[in-house]
Amino acid sequence: MNANKIFLLVGGFIIYLFVQILVLKNLVLFGAAFCFLYILYLFLLPIETKTIPTLLIAFGMGLAVDLFYDTLGIHTASLLTIAFIRKPWIKILTPTGGYDEDLQPSLLNMGFGWFATYSLPLLIIFNSLFFFIESIGTDLFIPVVQKIIASVIFIFVMSIIVQLLFYRRRRGL
Amino acid sequence: MQRILLFLYSLRVFLLFILLEVIAIWLIVSYNSQQGSVFFNSSNQLAGKILGTKNNVSEYFSLREVNTRLVETNAELLAELEMYRKPADSLFIELDSLNMASFEFKGAKVINNSIRLSQNHLTLNKGANQGIKPGMGVFNGQGVVGRVKGVSENFSTVISLLHTALLVSSKIESTEVFGSIKWDGNSPKHAKMLYVPRHVKVQVGDKIVTSGYNAVFPEGIAIGKILEVNQGTDTNYLDIVVELSTDFTRVTYVYLVENTIELELDSLYTNSELINERQ
Repeated sequence: MNANKIFLLVGGFIIYLFVQILVLKNLVLFGAAFCFLYILYLFLLPIETKTIPTLLIAFGMGLAVDLFYDTLGIHTASLLTIAFIRKPWIKILTPTGGYDEDLQPSLLNMGFGWFATYSLPLLIIFNSLFFFIESIGTDLFIPVVQKIIASVIFIFVMSIIVQLLFYRRRRGL
Repeated sequence: MQRILLFLYSLRVFLLFILLEVIAIWLIVSYNSQQGSVFFNSSNQLAGKILGTKNNVSEYFSLREVNTRLVETNAELLAELEMYRKPADSLFIELDSLNMASFEFKGAKVINNSIRLSQNHLTLNKGANQGIKPGMGVFNGQGVVGRVKGVSENFSTVISLLHTALLVSSKIESTEVFGSIKWDGNSPKHAKMLYVPRHVKVQVGDKIVTSGYNAVFPEGIAIGKILEVNQGTDTNYLDIVVELSTDFTRVTYVYLVENTIELELDSLYTNSELINERQ
């Protein structure tokens, strides 16, 4: 962990947070597809990041996003779940020969197939948790499922575009 | 003892996860159950400042529309004022103080808004320092917008009418039939009118306004008009779909209304042990 890397991690946190709350908050396609792109920051933490730091990062990020969405605790609860199952999930997906040291699990480093199997289930879990908690006490099953499916597809496509535009192989940001 | 500690240590990741998750759930529950808890929401000072700065930039894009609407409102108010203007030789009779307005109005700017969730909120750029209090009604030139949930020093959070838990006491203007407006969580253009009995004749296109019964809004602020009347599944009440008159996608400036006799009304209700139906 050298200074440069810490700077990239902290900088990434702030950039993702601000882009989310200032720009992407207003971006809802067809009234159903939400763009919670900040979850990509959690996906792209270095592979060897332990679960405890991941949980703390998720808690901070979730609270900050909740503050601006006025959905206190909902983003946090969903994001914590993702942070908790991320490490075991990466372990399950280990390719033959294991991971390289100090690797970012991004589209460019791991290939499209691996990234899709890595991120899609996590996205589905995150969005399901978020929209179901958010609509507790209402009988809105079908709109909620629509929102989940639309958001998963939208965030996935956006995350691919962002990685192709702003990331390089083997290096962060 | 040592083995217990070692066991707990080996479970530390899971325990931390549970701890943080419990905090998050506690936040969800406490935020949804009470009014006035404001530390962790968008009326928090830091969040308010950031949103305010953002709004300073983005408001330029809607200036033209805001201006047009202001001119329209002005024209309407002028027309209304014309009715009250006294001709030179008229006699003015002061009516009973019973009809005296007990409402105070304030204006504010919306700096944050959401319409697509099932529990939507707005943030306003005025707070306790400018005299905003939790419970005040919020509306704009088009119709009802919501109700103040909590205030900080300079910002306040508003529960939007597009919130599945907010009920607004309302009536059909032509027939004076009472009901409650509640959003069903689907489209930001439509809401439901509840508790209208089946024997009432309801016309599609009738205007819905606030009833003035709930002491939050004065009587007669527009809410919308009836779009559809269905028989519904409930045996006692009609299923009425209302087209909201407020365009929630473009709420930029709002008015806040405070009922100065609300306290008196409230204590009267509690003293006479009436069920408090205000929402």
